[in-house]
Amino acid sequence: MSAAAVFGDDVQPALQVTGLAVEFPVERAVVRAVAGASFSVRRGETVALVGESGSGKTVSALAAMGLVDAPGRVSGDVRIDGQPVLGLREDQWRTLRGRKVAMVFQDPMTSLNPAHRIGRQVAEAIRVHDAEVSRHDARDRGVALLERVGIVPAAARARDYPHQLSGGQRQRVMIAMAIANQPDVLIADEPTTALDVTTQAQVLDLLRDLQHEMGLALLLITHDLGVVAGIADRVVVMYAGRVVEEGPVDAIFTSAAHPYTRALLASVPRVGAARGALRAIAGSPPNPGETVPGCAFAPRCSLAEERCVAHVPDLRPVAEHHRAACVFGDQIAAGRLAP
Amino acid sequence: MSMRVGDESGRARAESNDAGLAPTATVRSPRGGEWRRALRAFRRHTVAMIGLCFLVFVFLACFVGVRFAPSPTEQSLLEATHGPSWDHWFGTDELSRDELARVLHGGQVTLKLAIGVAILTTVIGVLIGAVAGFYRGWVDELLMRFTDLWIALPALPFLAVAVSIGTVSLGPLGSVDLGGPLGMTILLSLLLWGSIARVVRGATLSLREREFVDAARTIGSTNRRIIWRHVLPNCLGPITVNATLVVAEAILVESTLSFLGFGIQPPTPSWGNLLTNAISNIEDTWWLVVFPGAVIFLTVLAVNFVGDGLRDAFDPRRQVRA
Repeated sequence: MSAAAVFGDDVQPALQVTGLAVEFPVERAVVRAVAGASFSVRRGETVALVGESGSGKTVSALAAMGLVDAPGRVSGDVRIDGQPVLGLREDQWRTLRGRKVAMVFQDPMTSLNPAHRIGRQVAEAIRVHDAEVSRHDARDRGVALLERVGIVPAAARARDYPHQLSGGQRQRVMIAMAIANQPDVLIADEPTTALDVTTQAQVLDLLRDLQHEMGLALLLITHDLGVVAGIADRVVVMYAGRVVEEGPVDAIFTSAAHPYTRALLASVPRVGAARGALRAIAGSPPNPGETVPGCAFAPRCSLAEERCVAHVPDLRPVAEHHRAACVFGDQIAAGRLAP
Repeated sequence: MSMRVGDESGRARAESNDAGLAPTATVRSPRGGEWRRALRAFRRHTVAMIGLCFLVFVFLACFVGVRFAPSPTEQSLLEATHGPSWDHWFGTDELSRDELARVLHGGQVTLKLAIGVAILTTVIGVLIGAVAGFYRGWVDELLMRFTDLWIALPALPFLAVAVSIGTVSLGPLGSVDLGGPLGMTILLSLLLWGSIARVVRGATLSLREREFVDAARTIGSTNRRIIWRHVLPNCLGPITVNATLVVAEAILVESTLSFLGFGIQPPTPSWGNLLTNAISNIEDTWWLVVFPGAVIFLTVLAVNFVGDGLRDAFDPRRQVRA
């Protein structure tokens, strides 16, 4: 895919999230799991949403599916194919889920219903949206979907129960269910975290193939930078509920502009890199219940100065299609300043 | 192909398939669904199997064997009331009627009642429990307080009043004699559905947080579909166990109430009301107490054994690997 098509600003994003905030009231306080995140995914594009645990990745995705339950509060703007979806009624959401936007969860061990055969579960995904389809047709289409995601021999395996499948196969079944109604947007929440390494690669290959074939807008939530390098077109880095950097995958890996992204990259072992201790990021992320006045990363950042804690830095362009929320963004990206 | 293979080779095949290799053979794993697994575990539960055999025997005796027993109403005027004999295995009662025949006929009434109560309590309890657990919030609060109300209801005064009302009209559905078998089934169901509702609510509360419920929501499933397809099939274990235990409870409660005169009213025989008169003459006609009493005791014990067996069978922690 050409860079123009991937980064063309004229194309309407399949998923556009603007100023998303998700809050959960707890005893006499409010936890802001997401504090004003903005990102978008176009058709045919794979965007990796990266960040450590608690950075708001999964909650952002759930908000985009309309799955944040009360008492959680969602504000901002989420558009799926241009249609604003926040504030939709539950029955309106149901027509979107599966058909416009679908999701694959982290743990395939628990996301399949242990009481039903997998063929029936895939067929159910079809029948949920099309009551006209007969049981028989739904079953046949379900078998075809299983075949497509690499469960062979599909007709025989369709009669298996989830516990008879390996983790990778179960994740394939989850993917089959997610694509059953040709959604425009597919959100994959750490789809390979629970799998072993060889299986991870196969599942990622499958996702990439399906994405090309169906022109999916794929939002891949992960904390695995290896996965990011292998599959993503663009990367969105989240920290403490905010987007701190976004840009093309190459730019992120070669000239990351945010100290947090740099630190994240430095904490991952690389083949061929000089031997030495991996650099863990000092300190820990802020408690989501506390509100930090300035940059949330400032307390852990070696470059932090007074203006960093004074107010939250905006996302500013540091290169074409590459933005970072750091006052030193330009200098870090250019290599003039090293955190 | 229907080769039987163990779990390990099934797992091994799964892995090899994942590595992109063609499976070596299309052998189906012998492990089926939860029900089949539970059935296998149940069959290995000796005490439960003994209980089940005894129950089958009691049922056959009450519903089939009864045809070969003497009439329960025929009075043998030539014979005085006497103890067990070759002609009358359980002896004869104070009106010289065959006690065995009366126990078997009473068993028909009591067993039908117990099973009816189990079915009815399950329907009410599952419905209320699933809705309360799934929707939570004020729905849960309302339904569970309603459940508490029925659980807290003092059984004896409630039944005494209900039975004294006698026949009530249900409009187009006809009328029900609250002191008869059908009336008692309904009354006991009203008293006993609470525990099933609580069990199902608890199971639903935990099941609704499972990821496959979220997954079902992400494909656009409605709440009703989620309850039917994803929540209830996964609490069939506790539901079955509870229904079984309700059978035992219903037999005991019916016996107690009929014995006290609040239950099924004579001349309809039931295990409970067989004991009513017998107990006052226990020194002379001990067999009229011992035999029906033993039948009640053993049947309830057997039902409880089966219930224990089912509970173990559905408990994954106790599962022995095949």
